[in-house]
Amino acid sequence: MRRAALGAALGAAIFLAGCGEDQQVTVYKQGKYQGKPDTQSWTNDPPADQLRGSTWTRGDKGSWEAAINQRAMGQNEDIRIYKQ
Amino acid sequence: MARMKFLCDAERCIECNGCVTACKNENEVPWGVNRRRVVTINDGVVGAEKSISVACMHCSDAPCMAVCPVDCFYKTEDGVVLHDKDLCIGCGYCFYACPFGAPQFPQAGAFGLRGKMDKCTFCAGGPEADRSDAEFKKYGRNRLAEGKLPACAEMCSTKALLGGDGDVIADIYRERVLRRGKGSEVWGWGTAYGPGKPGAQPPAGGRS
Repeated sequence: MRRAALGAALGAAIFLAGCGEDQQVTVYKQGKYQGKPDTQSWTNDPPADQLRGSTWTRGDKGSWEAAINQRAMGQNEDIRIYKQ
Repeated sequence: MARMKFLCDAERCIECNGCVTACKNENEVPWGVNRRRVVTINDGVVGAEKSISVACMHCSDAPCMAVCPVDCFYKTEDGVVLHDKDLCIGCGYCFYACPFGAPQFPQAGAFGLRGKMDKCTFCAGGPEADRSDAEFKKYGRNRLAEGKLPACAEMCSTKALLGGDGDVIADIYRERVLRRGKGSEVWGWGTAYGPGKPGAQPPAGGRS
């Protein structure tokens, strides 16, 4: 009985381990990604002629993401067709 | 954290190759290198033909990164898989590892010489200074640094190809699928003959 319970617990642990998600955090250290130099997109000044989407503040990742997400919504023609 | 992804809607793609052209033009991709391609299955079979635009899918766990012997790949905080051409030795391992055939190799030299690998950068450039001439020459335009999305997705005439943060484009796609339904509606039956039971046959003795 105990052996069966132990086996079931072990099986459940192995089964549930598949539900986990690996960390996908990319570390940016001293101007490098995994040893390769690159700059982050939000560390640039926004161009003067923004055609669509909102602008962002230099160095502010959140505002850059908001701007790029707003621009991405331009691909949703349902907004133009049904929601005006 | 944004995770940049492409999503191609096979119901909408009309195989116009506008995305391929947009990519070529925006990044001045050399002759013989196609960062993006349109793949069609069941070509010519009525009702079964589907097309999909394929490029680097910027995998979360990219096999190209795993097999590169000189470790020239890196992943940015936006989830874009990029590579350093100064480190690349053009061995082609990444081409064999990639399930999408994304890595491309210019073959301009003699004896089938293979140049340094070139692939879709999600219009995010490379290691050189953002929006610099050096970056453009090696990797193409850095549109993300300009607050823009990849040219292929933004140019898509039917909006089959979506590009951007995975969550945002998944929401767009989900909303679209819910609206258009499934089955015969997708193929325009309802538009042509009015709403009816999905899969219903036209009445016998109707107009020919």
